Amino acid sequence: MNLHEKTIHELSSMLKAKEISSVEITESVLGRIDAVEDKVGGYISVAAESALEQAKVADEKIAAGESVSDICGIPVAVKDNICTNGIATTCASKMLETFVPPYDAFVSKKIKENGGVIVGKANMDEFAMGSSTETSYFKITKNPYDLTKVPGGSSGGSAAVVAADEAIFSLGSDTGGSIRQPASFCSVVGLKPTYGLVSRFGLVAFASSLDQIGPMTKDVTDCAIALNAIAGHDSMDSTSANIKLPDYKSALVNDVKGMKIGIPAEYMGEGIAPDVKTIILAAAKKYEEMGAIVEEFSLPMTDYALSAYYIISSAEASSNLARFDGIKYGYRTKEFEDLNDLYAKSRTEGFGSEVKRRIMLGTYALSSGYYDAYYKKAQQVRTLIKKSFNDAFAKYDLILSPAYPNTAFEIGGKISDAVQMYLGDICTVSVNIAGLPGIVVPAGFDTNGMPVGMQLIGKAFDEATLLRASYAFEQNTDYHTIRPTL
Amino acid sequence: MNYESVIGLEVHAELSTNTKIYCSCKNEFGLDVNTSCCPICTGMPGTLPVLNKKVVEYAIKAGLALNCSITREGKQDRKNYFYPDLPKAYQISQFDLPLCTDGYVDIDVNGEKKRIGITRIHIEEDAGKLIHSVMGDESYVDFNRCGVPLIEIVSEPDLRSAEEARIYLETLKSILQYIEVSDCKMEEGSLRCDINVSLRPVGSDKFGTRSEMKNVSTLSGTQRAIEYEIGRQSEILDNGGVIEQETRRWDDAKGENVLLRSKEEAHDYRYFPEPDLMPIVVDDEWIESIRATLPEMPDVKKARYTGELGLGDYEAGIIVGNKSMARFFDKCVELGGNVKAVANWLQGDIMKVVKEQDITFDDISFTPEDLNELASIVDKGTISITAAKKVLAKMFETAEKPSKIVDDLGLAQINDESAIEAMVNDVLDKNPQSFEDYKNGKTRALGFLVGMVMKESKGKGNPQIINKMILERLEAYKNS
Repeated sequence: MNLHEKTIHELSSMLKAKEISSVEITESVLGRIDAVEDKVGGYISVAAESALEQAKVADEKIAAGESVSDICGIPVAVKDNICTNGIATTCASKMLETFVPPYDAFVSKKIKENGGVIVGKANMDEFAMGSSTETSYFKITKNPYDLTKVPGGSSGGSAAVVAADEAIFSLGSDTGGSIRQPASFCSVVGLKPTYGLVSRFGLVAFASSLDQIGPMTKDVTDCAIALNAIAGHDSMDSTSANIKLPDYKSALVNDVKGMKIGIPAEYMGEGIAPDVKTIILAAAKKYEEMGAIVEEFSLPMTDYALSAYYIISSAEASSNLARFDGIKYGYRTKEFEDLNDLYAKSRTEGFGSEVKRRIMLGTYALSSGYYDAYYKKAQQVRTLIKKSFNDAFAKYDLILSPAYPNTAFEIGGKISDAVQMYLGDICTVSVNIAGLPGIVVPAGFDTNGMPVGMQLIGKAFDEATLLRASYAFEQNTDYHTIRPTL
Repeated sequence: MNYESVIGLEVHAELSTNTKIYCSCKNEFGLDVNTSCCPICTGMPGTLPVLNKKVVEYAIKAGLALNCSITREGKQDRKNYFYPDLPKAYQISQFDLPLCTDGYVDIDVNGEKKRIGITRIHIEEDAGKLIHSVMGDESYVDFNRCGVPLIEIVSEPDLRSAEEARIYLETLKSILQYIEVSDCKMEEGSLRCDINVSLRPVGSDKFGTRSEMKNVSTLSGTQRAIEYEIGRQSEILDNGGVIEQETRRWDDAKGENVLLRSKEEAHDYRYFPEPDLMPIVVDDEWIESIRATLPEMPDVKKARYTGELGLGDYEAGIIVGNKSMARFFDKCVELGGNVKAVANWLQGDIMKVVKEQDITFDDISFTPEDLNELASIVDKGTISITAAKKVLAKMFETAEKPSKIVDDLGLAQINDESAIEAMVNDVLDKNPQSFEDYKNGKTRALGFLVGMVMKESKGKGNPQIINKMILERLEAYKNS
C-alpha cells in the first residue's frame, strides 16, 4: 500500500516508530497529485516547496524525540477560503485571484503548530456558494468515483483530494452543508462542528452566523485526530466558545448500546432518492443490531429551513462580500469613469454569477421596507428551528438522516437551475441554522456505484457522541475501505 | 413671519481609549499615515472584530454623566455603504439597542437653566481618512482612523437657537473632558456634529420639515452653520416655498451649506445585527463600579465655586471650563488656600505661562501647596504683588518653595513703619515743591512721591504703608 493511501493514524504510528519520514509521505502525496490531479482537479494551488520544508521540520521534531501531535508530518489540503500566510487564498474567485494573505487563519496556525504539512489549497465553489464546485472561477473538480460527476460542494476540492489520496486529510468549511454533502458524494468522513467550536478567524466569511470549519478525512479516527488539532478557544473570534474540550480520540468507542437515535420523517419524505432512503434505513437497522434504539419522529419547521437559510446566508453574504470593492486589494477593473463606476465594474467583472445572485438576494432581503418580511421573519424561523431541535434532543441522543437527497449528479446537470441546486440542501441547512454539529460517514453505494453518506446530528458541543456513534458504525461496516479507482 | 427654530444635534466624540474598538492598534492622533492599522481594522478577508471593553465602559460613563438609562443587553449592527475610507464597506454601529437612552443635560443660557434631552448614546467605529492629491486626480486612504472608537450622542430637538446649540455643545464637551472619555479636540476632529434644523411659526407645536447638516467641526462653526440654515429656511418659507427633507454639507470656509443629497437619494444602510459579535451584557455591578469613578460634574462644580467659595460667575466659569486648572484649584482649596487670591493667580499669571509653554496645569513644576504659600506670603504683606510675580516666575523655573525664593532674592517687603517713615521724611525733605503741587490740586504728586520712596527702598517698601503715610502728610499740609 502506498503511503498516500494511508490514514493519519496509520502514518502517525509509522512516523513515531521512525519507520518512515514525513518527507517520504509528502513526496508520495505530491507524486499522487502529479499522477491524478489532471483528472480530479481538486487543487487551486499546490505548495510543493513549502510542504517539503514543513515535512523536514516535522521530521526533525520527531527525530529529536519531541512529543508530537498525531498530525505532525501529515500532509493536509486546506480549502481556499481559509487564509494561509504567504500562500494565495482565492476563494475560487477572480476577485481574489492574486490575494496572498499576510496572516494565517486560526486553523492554519494550529495545523502548523501541530506540525501538519500544508500541501495545497483546495478548489471550491466561488466564495463557498454552491453545491457542486462548478462555480469556481478556476476549474471544475471531478468526483473521483466518476469523473463525469461533481464532487459536491462547496468543499468539493477538499472532499475529492482526500478521496483521490491527493491529501491524507483536508479542511473544509460548511455554511449549509458544504462539508457534509461533498463528504457524502465522495465517500469520506466530513464533520461540521458546533458553531463556535472551531475559530472562524481567517476564514473568508460567507455567512458569519452559519460558517464553520471542519475536517474531511478517510475515516472516523482521523476525524477525531483532526478535530483535536483545530478545535479550541480563540480570543480573536468573539463567537468562539471558551469551554473545556475532551480528547476526541477517547470518544472512539465501539459501543452504541442504549443510545437513542431519531430519524426525522421530514428528511425521508418525497424527493429523497430510493437508493439513498434504502441505505439510510439499512444504517438505522445496523444501529439497532448494535443495540441502539432507533425510531422515526417529526422535526417541525423543516419546511421553512431552506427559505430561512437562503435569506440569512445571502443577507450576511451581501454585507460580508461588500469589502471586495476593488479599492484596497483584489480585482480592479481596468477602466472606469468615477468611483461608482469603479465599484460597479470591479464587482461585475470580479464576481461570478452565483455570487452576484446571492448578493442581490441578500441586499434585497435587508432593504428598507423588506427587512421585516424577510430577514426578521427568517430569524424568527431560526429560533423555532432551534427549539424543534432542542425538543428532539430531549428524547434522542442523535438524529440520523441522509446528507443529500441524491448521489453525485452530472457535471453541468444542475448548474443552470439555481432553485434545483438550492433545494438539494434540505437535509443539511437546519444543522447550521441551529448551530449544531453534524457528521457524514460513508454508508453505502447506490446501484451505479456512487457513494452515499449518512448524516448524524448531535447536541451542541457533543461531538464526542457523534464520533462515538460514527466510529461504532464504521467498525461494523466496510464502506470506508472502498476507494475509487483512478 | 416669525419662526421658532427647532434644533437637534448628533455629536460624534472620539473616545480616548489606548487601543481601537475592535483590534489592538494604537488609538492615537497624528501618527504617520497608515502606521496604526492592521488586517482587522483595514477589513482584510477573514479577519474578525473583538470588542474593546474599555469602549463600553467609556460609553456607559458618558451615559451616566448625561443622566441616561443604561441598557442591560446591547447589540451591535452593521451599517452598510460603500466608500473608500470604509474598508469593510460597513460600519459597525448600534441601531436599535444603543447602550444609553433617555438622558438629559442642563445648560446655562444667559443665566437661565435649560434642560436638553439626550435621546441616545451609542458606540461605533470611525472610518479612515481620504487624502486627495493636489492635482485632484488621485486619492489616497489613511487607515489610522479606521476603528477609532466613537460615541454618538443624539439630542432631542430641544434646542431653540444657534446660541443654545453652541452652549449645549460646549457643555457636552466640558462634561466629556471632565469624565475623561474624550479629549474633544475639535481641531483634531475628535468632536464633530451633524445638525438637524427645522422651523415652525412661533406658537405652533407641530414640527416643520428638517434638514440635516453634516461636517460641522468647530464650536463657532456650529453657531454660524445653524444661523445660516435658519436664514436659508426662513427665506424659502417667506417666499412661499417648502422645505425639503435633505442632507446638506456645511462649508466652514465659505460660511454656507450646499445640498449633499435629497430624500430620494438617501442611503438605505441595510442595518442588521453584526453576526461576528456577541451581545453586550451589562450588569448592575459594572454600572455601579463605573458610576463610582465619575468626578464632580462641571455644573455642580460651578455652583460650588459661586456659592460656597464666593467666586464670581465669570471666574468660576473660566476655572470650570479648564479641567486641569479646576483640578489644581480644587487642590489649593482643599489645602486651605486663599480662594480668591489663588483663583486670580491661576487665571492670570499662571494661565499666561501655561499657554505660552503649551502645557496643562497638571504639568506645572510647582504644587498647589506652593501656590497657597505664595498667596499667604502676599496676604501677610511679606512681599508685594510685584515681587510675588517675580517669585512666581522663579517657581516655574526652579520649583523651589516661595519662601526660599523670597529669601534668596531678598524680596521681603519692608513693613517696619519707623523704617518707612525715615525714608518718607527723607524724600519729602528733598521735594518741598510737591506739597504745593498737591495743595494746588495736582494729585499725581502723590504717585510721584510714593514712587520715589519705593525707589529709595529698592522696591521693598510696603506700598500701602508708604501711600498711607505720604497721603496723611500731604492732606495735613493742604488743610493747614
